[in-house]
Amino acid sequence: MTNQSTDSKLSEIETVKLRLSETLAGISLEWSEFRSQTRVICPAAELLKCLKAFKAVGFDQLTDLTAVDLLEYGNVNDRFEVVYCLLNVDSGLRLIAKTYLNEPDLTIPSATSVWFGADWPEREVYDMYGIIFSGHPNFKRLLLPDEFQSFPLRKDYPVKGRGERHNFPVITRAES
Amino acid sequence: MPLELLDSPDLEANKREGLWTLNFGPQHPATHTTLRLVLQLDGEMVMDAEPDIGFLHSGFEKLGEVLDFNQYVTIVDRMNYISPMANEIAWHHAVEKLLGIELTPRCKYIRTIFAELMRLHDHLLCLGTCVLDLGGATAFMYAFNERETIYEICERASGQRFHTSYTRVGGLLYDVTDDWVAMVKDFVRKFPKVYRDFSGLVMKNRIFVERTRDVGILSREEAIAGGATGPVARASGVARDLRRDEPYLAYDDFDFDVCASQGGDCYARFQVRMMEMLESIKIIEQAIDKLPQGPIFAADTGKSGIPDKKEVYRSIEGLIHHFESIMPNRQMQAPKESVYAATESPNGELGYYIVGDGSFRAYRARTRPPSLMHFALFSKLIRGCMLSDVVAVLGSINIIAAELDR
Repeated sequence: MTNQSTDSKLSEIETVKLRLSETLAGISLEWSEFRSQTRVICPAAELLKCLKAFKAVGFDQLTDLTAVDLLEYGNVNDRFEVVYCLLNVDSGLRLIAKTYLNEPDLTIPSATSVWFGADWPEREVYDMYGIIFSGHPNFKRLLLPDEFQSFPLRKDYPVKGRGERHNFPVITRAES
Repeated sequence: MPLELLDSPDLEANKREGLWTLNFGPQHPATHTTLRLVLQLDGEMVMDAEPDIGFLHSGFEKLGEVLDFNQYVTIVDRMNYISPMANEIAWHHAVEKLLGIELTPRCKYIRTIFAELMRLHDHLLCLGTCVLDLGGATAFMYAFNERETIYEICERASGQRFHTSYTRVGGLLYDVTDDWVAMVKDFVRKFPKVYRDFSGLVMKNRIFVERTRDVGILSREEAIAGGATGPVARASGVARDLRRDEPYLAYDDFDFDVCASQGGDCYARFQVRMMEMLESIKIIEQAIDKLPQGPIFAADTGKSGIPDKKEVYRSIEGLIHHFESIMPNRQMQAPKESVYAATESPNGELGYYIVGDGSFRAYRARTRPPSLMHFALFSKLIRGCMLSDVVAVLGSINIIAAELDR
C-alpha cells in the first residue's frame, strides 16, 4: 500500500472518530491501533446503539462476527470478547468493534436488525460459546446438533471432547 | 357433490398447508459435499428454503488453538480443498501480519503465482460442475483436464498434488526450480485455447443461458448487507477486490482488471468467474517473467524460519537450526495482540482473526469463510425460483461444505 493511501485512510478514521464522538456522546469508546488496524471497545450495555452508529457513519458490511474466550488469556478481567469486523464497502475502511461479556449474563442484542448478514455468524457464536443474542429471528444452533449440551470452543471444554459421540443414539437400518 | 360446496371458502386449503416439503441432501449429486436444504414447494415453485449445515463440522478452529502456526497449515488446506493453497496463503498472511514479518520478493512472487493458479483451479471446478449440474457434461471435462495440469505444478513445487501444506511462516517449504517455471509458462501458453473451447461450449449455449439468466438474483444492497464478497458480490455490482483495494503479496506490481457485472443472477456470477480466469492468467504471465532471485525465507523470522533441507541434512549447524525452529520453547513469540487479515480467495474474502498470546500458536484462530456468508444468502436467492433452479443457484455460489462447517 502506498503512503498516500495510508495517509488518506488515517484521516478518514479520524473523521469517523469525530462523527462518532458526536452521535455517541456520553458513551465511552476505547480506541486502539495495532498493525494499522483500528479497534474500538464498546460497552456491552450500549452495544446496539454503537453498532447502529457505526452503520450510520458508513460501515455497511459486517465482514465477520466472532468471539474469543479469554479464560486462559491472563491479565484480563472479562470472560468473553465478541468481535465485529466492519467494512465500509465504498471507501474500504475497516473497523474492528469489540465488546466484553461476563458470566452469568451472556446476553447481548442481536445485530441482525443492523446487518442481516449477522444471522449465521451469531448462531455460530452461540453454538460454540453459548453467548445469547436477543432479538435474533431464528435463534438456534448452526453447526452442531440441537441436542448437543456443551459449547466446544470455550477454553474449559477439552480438545478431545466429553464423549458426546457415544451419546448419539444408534439407529438401525430397520428404524431409519 | 354439489358445486357450491367446492367453492366454499372453508374448503380452500390454507396457504401453508398447500405447500409440500422436499428434503434436498445431505447426499445429493448437486451438493457436491454434504449439505442439506429443506425446501417448501408450491408445485414446482420454491417458496422457502432452509439450509441445514454442520455435517462436516470437524472442530478445525479448536485444533487451531492447539497446533502451532506452521502445523495448522495442514488443517487450513483441508477447508476449501478445491483451492488448498489459497487457504494456506491466507492463513500465513494473517500470521505474518500478527508477527510483523515482511516477506522476501521471491517468496511474494511465488505465493502470488500460486494464489492465481488456485483461483483458476477453483473457478475451473466451480464453472465445470455448474455446467455439469445443468446437464452439460462435455465442458466439465475440458475444465477438469486443466485442473490436472495445475495439480502437477503444485506437485512439482511442494511434493503434494492436493493438500500441499506448502507455505511456512515467513516463507515456503521449498524453493521452486527452473523446470517449475517452465511448467507454469507452458500452462499459461496453453490455457487460452482451452478457455476458448470452454467458453464456446457454454457461454452462448441456449440451454445454459436460459437456465441461469434472471435466476437467483442478488441485489447490490443485499450483497453488501449480507456480507457477500468475491465473485458473488462482484456479479451484483460491488466492484471490490482485495487484490486491488488492500494490496498484499506482490499484487501492487501487476496490471490487472477487477471483473464485475451488474446482473446479479447466476449467469453474471458465471461470467465474472470466466473473466477472472483471464485476469489470473495475465497476472501469472507478468509474475513468472519477473520472478526475482534471492532467498525465500524472510530474514526476521529468526529461529522460526525453517532452513533449507540441503543444509539440514548436510551440516550440523543446519540441523541445529532446524531443531530449534521446531522446538516449542525456542520459537518466535507472537505479540499479545489480535489481528484480522484477509485475502481475496477464489470464493471471496477469506479472513483470519488471530489472537496471539505470546507463544507460537494462536490463542484463537477464527476463519471467516466466504461460503458461510454466501450460503446464508441462499434462501433469499432461491425464493420464487423453480425447483430445477436450486442446482443452478447452488452451483453459482460455489459452496464448499468443508469450509462452511470447518
